[in-house]
Amino acid sequence: MPDTVKPILSVEGLQTVFNTRKGEIHAVNHVDFDLRAGELLGVVGESGSGKSVTMMSLLKLLPMPPAEVRNGRAMFDGRDLLQLSDDELRTVRGGEIGFVFQDPMTSLNPVFTVGFQIMEPLRTHMGLSKRDAKKRAQELLELVGIPDAARRLDDYPHQFSGGMRQRVMIAIALACDPKVLIADEPTTALDVTIQAQILELMKDLRDRLGMAVIWITHDLGVIAGIADRVMVMYGGQVVEHAPVKELFRNPQHPYTKALLKTVPSLSGERAKRLTVIEGQPPILSSAPNACSFRDRCPHAMPRCGTENPARYGIGNGHDAACFLVEPEVAHV
Amino acid sequence: MLTYTIRRLLLAIPTLLFIALVIFLLLELSPGDPMAQMPMSIPPEVKERMREALGLDQPWWVRFYLWLYQFFVVEPQYWIDGLFGTDLAEGAQRIISFQSKSPVFDIIAERIPQTLWVVGMSYVVGVLIALPIGIASAYYQYSWFDQIGTFISMVGFSVPTFFTGVLLIVVFSVNLGWFPSIYDTTLVVDSWASLGQQIKQMAMPVFVLALYNAAQISRFMRASMLDNLGQDYVRTARAKGMREKVVVLRHVLRNSMIPVVTVIALGVPQVFGGAIITEQVFKVNGLGQLLILAVQGNDIPMVMTLTFIFAVLIVLFNLIADVLYGLLDPRIRYD
Ligand SMILES: Nc1ncnc2c1ncn2[C@@H]1O[C@H](COP(=O)(O)OP(=O)(O)OP(=O)(O)O)[C@@H](O)[C@H]1O
Ligand code: SF4
Ligand SMILES: [Mg+2]
Repeated sequence: MPDTVKPILSVEGLQTVFNTRKGEIHAVNHVDFDLRAGELLGVVGESGSGKSVTMMSLLKLLPMPPAEVRNGRAMFDGRDLLQLSDDELRTVRGGEIGFVFQDPMTSLNPVFTVGFQIMEPLRTHMGLSKRDAKKRAQELLELVGIPDAARRLDDYPHQFSGGMRQRVMIAIALACDPKVLIADEPTTALDVTIQAQILELMKDLRDRLGMAVIWITHDLGVIAGIADRVMVMYGGQVVEHAPVKELFRNPQHPYTKALLKTVPSLSGERAKRLTVIEGQPPILSSAPNACSFRDRCPHAMPRCGTENPARYGIGNGHDAACFLVEPEVAHV
Repeated sequence: MLTYTIRRLLLAIPTLLFIALVIFLLLELSPGDPMAQMPMSIPPEVKERMREALGLDQPWWVRFYLWLYQFFVVEPQYWIDGLFGTDLAEGAQRIISFQSKSPVFDIIAERIPQTLWVVGMSYVVGVLIALPIGIASAYYQYSWFDQIGTFISMVGFSVPTFFTGVLLIVVFSVNLGWFPSIYDTTLVVDSWASLGQQIKQMAMPVFVLALYNAAQISRFMRASMLDNLGQDYVRTARAKGMREKVVVLRHVLRNSMIPVVTVIALGVPQVFGGAIITEQVFKVNGLGQLLILAVQGNDIPMVMTLTFIFAVLIVLFNLIADVLYGLLDPRIRYD
């Protein structure tokens, strides 16, 4: 996809802090990224790297307090999401941006039928009548591949398996034909076959509906199969970003390289969990003033402990936040 | 659900029989003699005949059986006769109070309206104020509203009703003279003026009991709301673009009500028990006062019957609580 296409969502300088009793946690630090229409952006990074918090900050879905979006802009359709009034934000949530959460087991309300929960946004955003909403809910369940959809509308979440519930969550997120779908590890809790089915489903839906997707995952194998571009996060920052083929062929950041080593083969087996990289994730008690990967980095140099590397572009839409790729240093 | 309810009802029968037996034996073993308050001048043989007349010469199991028979067969017969003008009872012996020598159930029927008016009303009022306070306290956790609510419910919870009751009487009846300090049972509500009087005399006892009930229930409501406000499905509801009102009053409240409804149902029979003290303080001659006087007078049939009715209420509302739970929570399947 050419770089010239105007992004549908453009995030700049996003900073999110949790004010906890033990002090501040800087979960997201100066994150910039773009999302273009019809594109699938993969977001990877180990647990705690700030993937979920980044995306939830955009729609203010974090508990506030303790969360605080301190800085940044998130331009969507000519408006800054972070400056919207509550009413405006509500029309975006569910209407223009759909969200699928990490845990399908707890993300549905246990006391309402699945049909009711799918119909809710339809009636709120699209103003459908009860009958029309029900019809559309049934179509959505069929779309995400739930057999016998008409009958299952009246079932409660506990009557569905984990994979089925995640499909229901996807159906809810897709209900109002959003321009952007944010899927936070939609397949991590599921077993491999179901995961493959949902991946196929997403690819298919994106092609058919033409929406842009942000796909958060631990699993580089999934990314390789589905994403157009990839953003690698570490310690609440974007440390590398590139088109998917470029990233796998030519990784630049030591963290990305380490990640890729944990993937046995790109086409074959599934990736292992990313926790196999040695060392501890960084402590996020203040805004970074050094490279957050330095404690685990085999190439760390004195400068890495005193300065936080910027994201240096190396062409082909590829950039990495490491002094090793800084133009002058690279030429030495 | 229906089979479950029927099964539970059947199971309640042996439970209640056992409770009846325990109450009976406890009263049997307790010291105290219904003849104790008779004048000393009555000759022993007369006393003996009076005991026979009361059936006290019979062994306990005979008397227990007789009481059961009267409670479950004779009294319902009289009740039906009274309703439909039939004659099922055919003049069978009813449960008779030792003290007043009139049928226990007639006295209870006289007393029930007072208790229901005062105690029932205070429970309803208590619940109605507790729910919104609990919801708001949870949603605005640690706000000044929540802090004040917490303080008041601590007070309502920890200060006994006989203290708040007397305090109110001193302030509002004795000093200010706004409300009567004694509940007048003979008052007949037939005009606006008498309705006003009725409301006035109910105000303080209802307030005292309502405060106590509301304190407990609002705490439950708050805790239950807080439990649910942090759940993932709340975030889903927000991500769908639902209004805060819908998120809180539909999604969260519907889940939070499940345990609270149970607590409210379980609390109904306890209210009758708790009312004993308040009824004493305000001189409301309801069931609670009746029980106290019966205990003081060794009126065993009255004590036995009242206590057993409380037991029935407890068992019944336990069942109601369970059934409500099943109805409100689709995850619960009893059958
Ligand atoms: N409610 C909260 N209070 C305090 N800190 C939080 C809270 N939620 C998240 N964090 C912190 O924010 C950081 C980023 O968390 P986030 O959930 O975004 O990670 P993630 O990349 O999504 O990880 P995972 O892959 O496990 O989902 C973590 O260090 C976490 O401790
Ligand atoms: S900046 Fe330094 S510590 Fe950070 S990844 Fe690059 S070489 Fe390693
Ligand atoms: Mg996450």
